[in-house]
Amino acid sequence: MSRHVVVESSGPLTTLQDEGRSGRAAIGIGRSGACDRASYRLANRLVGNHPGAVALEVTYGGLVLRAEDEVTVVTTGARCPGAPHNGPARLRAGDLLRLAAPVTGLRTYVAVRGGFVVDHVLGSAATDVLGGLGPEQLADGDRLAVGQHAGELPDTDLAAVAEPAEDLLEVRVGAGPRRDWFDDGAWRLLTTQEYVVSGDSNRVGVRLEGEPLERSREGELPSEGMLRGALQIPPSGLPVLFLADHPVTGGYPVIGYVDDTDVDRCAQLRPGLRLRLRPGPRR
Amino acid sequence: MRVLPSGAAGLLLECDTLDEVLALYGVLEADPPEGVVDVVPAARTVLLVLDPATTTPDRVRSLVEHLEPGDGQAVGLDDEQVVEVPVVYDGEDLEDVAELLGCDRGEVVRRHTSGLWTVAFCGFAPGFGYLTADEGDWSIPRRKSPRTKVPPGSVALAGEFSGVYPRESPGGWQLIGRTELAIFDLDRDPPALLAPETRVRFVEDHP
Repeated sequence: MSRHVVVESSGPLTTLQDEGRSGRAAIGIGRSGACDRASYRLANRLVGNHPGAVALEVTYGGLVLRAEDEVTVVTTGARCPGAPHNGPARLRAGDLLRLAAPVTGLRTYVAVRGGFVVDHVLGSAATDVLGGLGPEQLADGDRLAVGQHAGELPDTDLAAVAEPAEDLLEVRVGAGPRRDWFDDGAWRLLTTQEYVVSGDSNRVGVRLEGEPLERSREGELPSEGMLRGALQIPPSGLPVLFLADHPVTGGYPVIGYVDDTDVDRCAQLRPGLRLRLRPGPRR
Repeated sequence: MRVLPSGAAGLLLECDTLDEVLALYGVLEADPPEGVVDVVPAARTVLLVLDPATTTPDRVRSLVEHLEPGDGQAVGLDDEQVVEVPVVYDGEDLEDVAELLGCDRGEVVRRHTSGLWTVAFCGFAPGFGYLTADEGDWSIPRRKSPRTKVPPGSVALAGEFSGVYPRESPGGWQLIGRTELAIFDLDRDPPALLAPETRVRFVEDHP
């Protein structure tokens, strides 16, 4: 008999996520997967799950789960008051796991020991909101099966992790493939101004508001492949920082790439926060 | 070929022509350099997606720098394996396309069905292929205002490309017809009918 948890309330947006679908961009399928990969991986480690186990990505709290059977859970990423954070806790049958709105950060990862068991689409259980692949976002009343397989529980019962930025986040950015579509003045503007995170941001990308960048050349860019972390500059001159569900190809120039590990921190940016892009070494 | 940076997990190779892209993609897809987990062709570029845990952009750069797009000799293009796409040519923009080309509707159909097409790359949506014609000179502007809903199976033109919408989506391409063929099907392996390098012939079908 498998164990289950029931979604009493799904909150604004809760999706099932894992490492995503690699190797299929050539047929127009992006990787998707957890937006903040470091927090997702930590959640699985803390309950002894195998890498790649399916977890929940909760956007701005609001999730309430009820355990039908005894399960071990943890949350990572954005800290939600009332939930066991960065250290696992046991829920007995009938217990509720409630995620209030996080004080800082945006995305919280909920892992259960054994992982959630759901149908995979093309090798992954990730919900890709742009590509329209993978399971639907969670709805009230959904019943999720919990798997049997996990490894050893780690020795640490509380991980020391930096909290998401409260106000201003600084990340490193390196030149992208179309850096030469912009002059040095535009690059300086990109790397010195404080951007404000727009409310239009989602799993596809973080939209930034600020002083627009001007291109130094005319013409259209033929669509080309892009990755998470790309800073694409559309005609508005306001950057879009691509996250997990970014389009596989895009037709606007990518001036730079945010450092891969820093993209995880950007996935925690909520509207109104400030972001500074510092020129730094690409690792 | 130019090699351009794309973060710690990517490297973008830029060619002069789409033919060079196809040739380069053929080489890289058949034998990806160590640490490359995905190869993404586009109109003038091939993006190499790396696993940063096992390689670096500099290492991959040294492995691909010597490649000449001509090395490929159009690997993988197989005229024996042509996908036939039956099309009912009754698209809402067929008249406009005829006008743009300075011919009548029948001539648009004749040109669209006369030669082979090749899927150069995918994008926009899962399974949406950008097809280029072996023959003829297609250069069709997109619609001035994109449609909010294009039905699945719509056969369309834009720029030098033809394509088939795998599912209902917004779209700015000029619609010339429709097909019943399943373009993207998750129950099929591979799910995309029109993957890069696939050779395609459009065939006129009557409702």
